[in-house]
Amino acid sequence: MNINTTKIISLLFFIFSAFYLYTAYQIQVFAFDENAPFNARTFPIYLGYTGLFFSGLKLILPDPDTIKVEHKTLEYKKTGILILIAIIYGATILKVGYFLTTSLFLFASYYFLGERRWILMFLLSFPFVAVFMYLLHGVLDIYLRDPFLKSIGVMG
Amino acid sequence: MIEGILIGLTTALTFQNIFMVMIGCFFGTIIGMLPGLGPMTAIALMIPITYGFDPATGLILMAGVYYGAVFGGSTSSILLNAPGVPGTVATSFDGYPMAQQGKAGKALAIAAWSSFAGGTLSAIYLLFMAPSLSKVSLSFRSPDYFALMILGLTAIAAFSSKGQFLKAMMMVVLGLMLASVGQDSLSDITRFTFDNMNLTDGISFVLVVMATFAMSEALTIILKRNDPTAAAKQVSLTELGSIKINKEERGKMYKTIPRSSIIGFLIGVLPGAGATIASFLAYGMERNLVKDDEKEKFGKGSVNGLSAPETANNAACSGSFVPMLTLGIPGSGTTAVMLGALLGFGIQPGPRLYMTNPEIFWSVIMSMYIGMVILLILNLPLIPYIARILAVPKNYLIPLILFFSITGIYVMSFNNFDIYLMIGIALVATFLRLYDFPMPPLILAFVLGGLMEENLRRSLLLSNGSWEFLWDRTLTVCILLTTISIVLWHIYKTLTKKTNQ
Repeated sequence: MNINTTKIISLLFFIFSAFYLYTAYQIQVFAFDENAPFNARTFPIYLGYTGLFFSGLKLILPDPDTIKVEHKTLEYKKTGILILIAIIYGATILKVGYFLTTSLFLFASYYFLGERRWILMFLLSFPFVAVFMYLLHGVLDIYLRDPFLKSIGVMG
Repeated sequence: MIEGILIGLTTALTFQNIFMVMIGCFFGTIIGMLPGLGPMTAIALMIPITYGFDPATGLILMAGVYYGAVFGGSTSSILLNAPGVPGTVATSFDGYPMAQQGKAGKALAIAAWSSFAGGTLSAIYLLFMAPSLSKVSLSFRSPDYFALMILGLTAIAAFSSKGQFLKAMMMVVLGLMLASVGQDSLSDITRFTFDNMNLTDGISFVLVVMATFAMSEALTIILKRNDPTAAAKQVSLTELGSIKINKEERGKMYKTIPRSSIIGFLIGVLPGAGATIASFLAYGMERNLVKDDEKEKFGKGSVNGLSAPETANNAACSGSFVPMLTLGIPGSGTTAVMLGALLGFGIQPGPRLYMTNPEIFWSVIMSMYIGMVILLILNLPLIPYIARILAVPKNYLIPLILFFSITGIYVMSFNNFDIYLMIGIALVATFLRLYDFPMPPLILAFVLGGLMEENLRRSLLLSNGSWEFLWDRTLTVCILLTTISIVLWHIYKTLTKKTNQ
């Protein structure tokens, strides 16, 4: 059998389906529902077996269209940095507030993608977020919690 | 029906809804022009905004984005030979050669008029077909619905997989698995939450769409070093030429449009098929039907060759609304996203939709027509300028897509767990995309997961736990046999492909 990345993904999916199936069998149902024709675990159990079936087939059957990805040409560094910025954004948004974190998120993303036109970067982050925030908060009436703006007296 | 049309017109012709169609068409055109960013991404980015409106307005906005994206895809096919969406690949066969001959303006006009005519004719077909089909589908029972959902999922896997059927089926299963997270709808028992309170209500539909489309597409662009805006910078405002269509060209279009609209609409109605297959079939059919001298021009700038796929892909867009509005089962990934948004509004599309919420049912149909008119009068003269907007550098475009995705999730839950979950799902989706695992089947399965379980529950309870319900009714048997044929055919193809190689 020719081992390629697609086969490895299929194997991972097979293991995932097995874990899903195991967890499905562990779902606690009410005592009176235990022998019912259908309970909370019935559908997940069938799903688990279906996952095993299709990933198993993919593993066993030949793979005529092998996908080859040239990893050397992929831009892992910038992608990784963007993801990291997004994670930091998620970690700080509740404490710092929407305006400052979102503006900094945009500014940092432009910077790490190679942009150096500072004025444009500023305009498309801080004022842009302010206008967007006004649209959400002021026009569409979607409340945005913002401790930072509250602390400087901009938001009530 | 006349009453319904009037209800639809009254709803669709309000200032707010016309404005929404315009915004949707404009935004959709821009996104549709960017290679790699299709209508699903455009609609996904719009969903959080639609929740600020009533359901009819929200759906009208999304429908506008859908048409705009298909129209935008045609524009980049013609001007740049870089189809923005798969449904417009066939447009580039004759549209781009025409543009190279200095007739880009004419090609755009032919595409716009064909899209308009295709969309208009199919809106008329929809007008007559949807209510009749709704009446027929009232006789459907739970086993039929369950079988129909399996058929829909199998069909979308078959059509969207580009020969990788098993990969698409794995994505279907993954979508259903994601949908099963959270409380069971009947017993309220939590499943697959691993004691995490944030997962008790399940995974948000918008989160999955944003992660698998908007965010993962943005990450893929960076990862693969693509620049979707690079081609747009080549567009010259002065070299488009006249947009006038002469009498002879109009004569050719009069013949092509009616037949292409019918084939497009019918293909669009089929679950999973959609605009791509419709446009290729219409192109092929047109090539067979025209005279030999015109046949020679195909691929070199034929009017018929451009008009046919453009008519068909727009007709297919309207056709794909039929199963969603009448059966509550979307026929394509894009309508699956719309169905998910409707469910978010608390509206269950299906045979009773046009009785319980006639304003939604009819206003969507009416807004399709209005959308076509707006695309024609607004976009055609503005296309060169819209193309200029696309010259926004990738360094700004990608962070803005990420910003809209993350903000969209945050304003719905005010919870950073959802942001982490979205990043996680987007990472997995980006990796899977690299190896050609298609995402539309996952979305369709995620949307249908709850409905599928509900119909299986009813069927099994009614038959006392026996699986006899699968062959009790002729309709169920027919649907299941079609599904089995699709699965067997694709497995057979995989096996024979290897043997041939």
